[in-house]
Amino acid sequence: MTMIFGVPLPALMGQLLVGLINGSFYALLSLGLAVIFGLLRVINFAHGAFYMLGAFAAWMLLAYAGIGYWGALVLAPLIVGVAGMAIERLMLRRLYGLDHLYGLLFTFGLALLLEGTFRHFFGTSGQPYAAPEALRGATNLGFMVLPNYRGWVVAASLVICLGTWAVIEKTSIGAYLRAATENATLVQAFGVNVPVLLTVTYGFGCALAGIAGVLAAPVFQVSPLMGSNLIIVVFAVVVIGGMGSILGAIVTGYMLGIVEGLCKVFYPEAANIVVFVIMAIVLLLRPAGLFGKDS
Amino acid sequence: MAGTDPVSAAAPRGAGKAAQLQVRNLEAWYGESHALHGVDLDVFAGETVTLLGRNGVGKTTTLRAIMGLIRKRRGEVEFEQRSIMRLPLHRVARTGLGFVPEERGIFASLSVEENLMLPPVVAKGGMSVEEIYGIFPNLLERRTSPGTRLSGGEQQMLAIARILRTGVRMILLDEPTEGLAPVIVERIGEMLKVLKSHGLSVLLVEQNFRFAARIADHFYVMDHGRMIDSFSVADLPARTEALNTALGV
Repeated sequence: MTMIFGVPLPALMGQLLVGLINGSFYALLSLGLAVIFGLLRVINFAHGAFYMLGAFAAWMLLAYAGIGYWGALVLAPLIVGVAGMAIERLMLRRLYGLDHLYGLLFTFGLALLLEGTFRHFFGTSGQPYAAPEALRGATNLGFMVLPNYRGWVVAASLVICLGTWAVIEKTSIGAYLRAATENATLVQAFGVNVPVLLTVTYGFGCALAGIAGVLAAPVFQVSPLMGSNLIIVVFAVVVIGGMGSILGAIVTGYMLGIVEGLCKVFYPEAANIVVFVIMAIVLLLRPAGLFGKDS
Repeated sequence: MAGTDPVSAAAPRGAGKAAQLQVRNLEAWYGESHALHGVDLDVFAGETVTLLGRNGVGKTTTLRAIMGLIRKRRGEVEFEQRSIMRLPLHRVARTGLGFVPEERGIFASLSVEENLMLPPVVAKGGMSVEEIYGIFPNLLERRTSPGTRLSGGEQQMLAIARILRTGVRMILLDEPTEGLAPVIVERIGEMLKVLKSHGLSVLLVEQNFRFAARIADHFYVMDHGRMIDSFSVADLPARTEALNTALGV
């Protein structure tokens, strides 16, 4: 059997894949956080709850309406996005003039409320959600066996992340977003309806979390606490990448997933804390993050 | 009061027509600090009007309060006979009023061309991108580089050019020559004449009195958040000495 640094190749590849899967979720979630923070200056602590909401929306669509995975992949992010827009419009908007801490406290409270509500109705044990028919089974790549659904998760998240990046960097809507991130007042003085832009942006960031939730449903179980388990790492990813940097959030997400996976192979004891160790080092050497601009 | 000059009531401006921009008793606050104490001014269609005054007398504040960038304000601002005091900020530009801030507001994360295309077109009659590139060939040359890589003078031209695209009928222009070399100031002056030939009205805040004297039709002098004088370009020679004292030149 082929060995690399004393580790069998299939084991190494297996952990790399696990890392890449986790990295896909990190990237999708930290991308949404970065977009929201960039424009609204809100640290969206409810992001994990929206991810959970996406997974539960998929599960409920199947359980109560008979709508399967592919339908849920479109509908669940829409539901989460609309919920996010309603919350921005009705509540979050009132906090913009205040200290950023209020936005953080509000979204933290919102996360507790959402998770508590779902725990009340569904408990903490988690509901199973099957992968769609077309993506069951596995493909033998020669050096490893790749479960089809996991390959799909990595591919889908890459496409979504790169698509989002392209929309923000290459289109005129993205130009509004970038300009408003720099100076929202001036963009509004040019005649752009910035309040609507803020609502849509928050909804879009939440919808990205919702997509991640649907993608995650067949991989992990659908449980009320699935978001809070993940979100702490995601915040570390955002800090490492640099608050508000779009590309930074994506690249750092995948990178740290892979680092975590490799750590499980070579030094499993450290796998759970390696992200936070990297965060501490980055904060010491580059406080603005790897891709952040000093301000 | 429409059509008469609020301070001097001398030579009739605007040939008896109502002013395009009419500001009456405008007050504004920065937090608790009372910055404007009842400003009156008129800009008639096609005019270039300059606000003169020392640093900190409220010239920039006047522009920002007219535009609605300062929300804590009182009084009346009418643009083309329509009150704009209660409009949300993004609706003000849509009435045909453009704003070029003192710091120019060129976006670093946008290319030169994206900066140029950013302000939405609010009315017909704006310049086309081709026309703009015709007047400013260096913007065309550098259209893919980040907006803030341009020199200060180029940034100022970009800041004005992008408003020309939108079809606004009046521009509020805050200190366009600040910190620029004399050659560039010359070019900005030529540019303002182009605006004028297109029929745009300009309300200009300017420290550079000699620059303002060459392009303005009418002047207001501010002090301590109030208008203290108003005169047309024809009266300028007679006022020069008094102005030098008032402006501390």
